[in-house]
Amino acid sequence: MGRRLVLLVVSVAVVAAACASDGEAGRESTGPSTGAAFPVTLTTSNGDITIDERPERIISLSPTATEMLFAIGADDQVIAVDDQSNFPPHAPTTELSGFEPNVEAIASYEPDLVVYSTEPGDLGSTLGGLGITTMLLPAATLLDDAYEQLEQLGRATGNAQAATAVVDDMRTEVDSIVSSVEMPQPPLTFYHELDDTYYSVTSQTFIGQLYALVGLDNIADAADDGGGGYPQLSAEYVIRADPDLIFLADTKCCGQSPATVAERPGWNSITAVRGRDVVPLDDDVASRWGPRIVEYLRTIADAVSDVEAEAA
Amino acid sequence: MRRASSVAIGASVLVASIVVGILVGPVHISPSDVLRWAVSFGGATSVSDQDAAILANLRLPRVVVAALVGASLSASGAAYQAVFRNPLADPYLLGAAAGAGLGATISVAFGPSDAFAVTVPLAAFTGAIGGVGLAYSLGRSALGGRSATSLVLGGIAVASFLTAVQTFIQQQRSETLRQVYSWILGRLGTAGWDDVRIALPSVLLAVATLWTVRRLLDVIEVGDLEAESLGLNVGRLRTIVVVAASLATAAAVSVAGLIGFVGIIVPHTVRLLSGTSYRHVLPLSVLFGASFVILVDVLARTVVAPAEIPIGVITAFVGAPFFLLALRRSAGRLT
Repeated sequence: MGRRLVLLVVSVAVVAAACASDGEAGRESTGPSTGAAFPVTLTTSNGDITIDERPERIISLSPTATEMLFAIGADDQVIAVDDQSNFPPHAPTTELSGFEPNVEAIASYEPDLVVYSTEPGDLGSTLGGLGITTMLLPAATLLDDAYEQLEQLGRATGNAQAATAVVDDMRTEVDSIVSSVEMPQPPLTFYHELDDTYYSVTSQTFIGQLYALVGLDNIADAADDGGGGYPQLSAEYVIRADPDLIFLADTKCCGQSPATVAERPGWNSITAVRGRDVVPLDDDVASRWGPRIVEYLRTIADAVSDVEAEAA
Repeated sequence: MRRASSVAIGASVLVASIVVGILVGPVHISPSDVLRWAVSFGGATSVSDQDAAILANLRLPRVVVAALVGASLSASGAAYQAVFRNPLADPYLLGAAAGAGLGATISVAFGPSDAFAVTVPLAAFTGAIGGVGLAYSLGRSALGGRSATSLVLGGIAVASFLTAVQTFIQQQRSETLRQVYSWILGRLGTAGWDDVRIALPSVLLAVATLWTVRRLLDVIEVGDLEAESLGLNVGRLRTIVVVAASLATAAAVSVAGLIGFVGIIVPHTVRLLSGTSYRHVLPLSVLFGASFVILVDVLARTVVAPAEIPIGVITAFVGAPFFLLALRRSAGRLT
């Protein structure tokens, strides 16, 4: 839990900086569109990179990138993933850490491409000095960023067509989920819980944006004057805001569940708690910007439909 | 005479702070509603259930925990400053913070995640007591004697060691970072009656002990030899004070995390008001300490309301400049 929020916060800043400096960030600048053609040059968050031939020894230090690589069919090219990469289950998890990366340990795998999502200092340049190509894929702030990262990984690994297919599927699924939800008026309100000290997310964040897609109103938006996107709320505020839905993204980190929420002092007066509309999420799915966001969005949409069914 | 009036002032400030603490929060509840709720002992039917729940289950326990924490840290700070004859000693001097930090980290990293509400305070409490115990026995055995210097050196060694162990565990289990970090910044945001039950017995016992020996603190502050010549068993008194102060600190840390500077700001302010005798400094530190933390917590939950600021950030923000001021004043007095 801890790591992911830190990563998100840090990465949001990185993305913002990258976008500000280069409106074309993330776009392919040269190279043909077919997957088999190398060399390929990509403009990434850590600058222009050129990949001369199809990478066969990829290391992922980012759980999201790992999910993306396996989704686009790069399975056989990935030789090692970091200790937090727990999906898909057959990913080659190692002791490598994306949080405190050990350059020597990474280099000992003799990778030809290292994908990572947070720059802890000078990982990219150090690995670059060893002749290893690196690709920084920071936390997405928009759905389109996530799609773009998938496409980029596709081009970088010679799986461009598969990546495009995955993205097209995701777009179709997202559209059909969004159109299947009847958005009630006035909108339902919700509280997304990141941990048991009531940290939450606003609609400015990648996660918050998914809720907005199905027409939900975020109670944390009013609590983020600083605009950081991750305000810490208080129990008082949540109780008074009286959300219709509560989403728990702290089931793994902090052992929270609909039962523990109902036991919190004063929380049984909240509509979501009384109506049993407290939805446990998988912490990992609810903090990554990989292909499983579709699954996450469906969970949200189902919860909205449940509330509407109860009301009807 | 002077003492009676200053205690009266301290008590009035505490009462006022409690009232402010209950009245002010991110959710507006009108003073008349709070009054109706209070005079009916929580049973007023004219107050909405939601407001009653907020007052009884969130604000009131939070104010009580803040008061206990403030009283503990301030009294411990004052007592440490006496027995170590160092105006800059604080309750975390002997490894209590490092021990509590390690305990909390271990319980977050290896404990059952659905029982953190109980395991983290208990582990922090055990760690704080263990840290001071280790510092104490190290100071005694390795460095010889129960002098102030050997205890402080023992504390520094133990704190460095325990912090290193904590960092190692955090590095191994990076998913625990955020939980431990938010605990280190100090938190009253989730304080409830359970926390009151955890902290109250230790705080009462410890503060009562310190209160009882407060006159002897004046003697020990003069010097070990001088105090011995007056018939005081300096080693034993120092042990009693360290045990009591550590108990209070451990209780505070276990429910509120690390809240820095309270043990320095409050006793020094009290000295400016009432003179340096511990007969006055100790009782007033208890009263003003409780008030101080209640009021700082009010800031923590209102400045960026409805979001919260970790209380440790505010005490450090206020405390660091104050610390320099206290340092300048004490330096000026010495020369």
